[in-house]
Amino acid sequence: MSGLVIEGEVLIEAPVAVVWRTITEPDQMSQWFADRVDLVVEPGAHGYMQFGDQGGPVVVETVDPPTRFSFRWNHPRGEEPVAGNSMLVEFTLTPEGSERTRLRVTESGHELLDWPDAEKQRYADEHRGGWAEFLDRLARVLAKGQPG
Amino acid sequence: MTAQADDQLWSAIADPSRRRVLDLLVSNGDVSASWLAGHVPFSRQAVAKHLAVLEQAGLVSRRRHGREVLYQVEAGRLDQATRAMADLAAQWDRRLATIKRLAEAAHAQAKKGEGSHAPIQGGTS
Repeated sequence: MSGLVIEGEVLIEAPVAVVWRTITEPDQMSQWFADRVDLVVEPGAHGYMQFGDQGGPVVVETVDPPTRFSFRWNHPRGEEPVAGNSMLVEFTLTPEGSERTRLRVTESGHELLDWPDAEKQRYADEHRGGWAEFLDRLARVLAKGQPG
Repeated sequence: MTAQADDQLWSAIADPSRRRVLDLLVSNGDVSASWLAGHVPFSRQAVAKHLAVLEQAGLVSRRRHGREVLYQVEAGRLDQATRAMADLAAQWDRRLATIKRLAEAAHAQAKKGEGSHAPIQGGTS
């Protein structure tokens, strides 16, 4: 995936349906995500998240219970979020037996539009770890190369 | 770092083409736009556009060397970006840990409830 920023994963000792409710019900979301969550979990629904005295709109993208949930945010005010002007947060839930769920989250940025697919894939493969690793590596190279 | 500077930084790094350009600048030091164009799968105009965005975000700077303009990475700004990225990763780690705690507590609660409603569970075999 190009434009990958962050990926995280956690193994939860609860059935997939319980984890699904935790990540999608607004009163639950307000406990792990924002201070206030106004959101209807339906594809295309526009909502709002409040963090302290700041906040921003979110738009739900995929709702595929109980395994996939995604939304876009961080798009410019007044614009519709699309690939290219927003961040996409994607949750993937994978049941591991009836009492355990693997939850994976990725937050990815502005996807690449103008490269040939093979190049995109190659670049994505080279940067599988995402931006954090990319930046880390650059910083290391720089530190080595800096005089003094 | 202000939110706006943040946005500029993220959208500058978000594009893999620009990461490729940054990558080349880091490993090869001061190089010209035409040198860069010879090492990427996109056009010279695209390279110039990417360099302008990176410069605006403070990630690269340019200097004149004879008749050439050479580009270089701004190490301090890159370092700042690295730290901001680590913060973002830590934020998601915290959120995932909270989701785990909430889901596991809800599940434990539901199981307890089930137990009290069905006290003779397992007594049939």
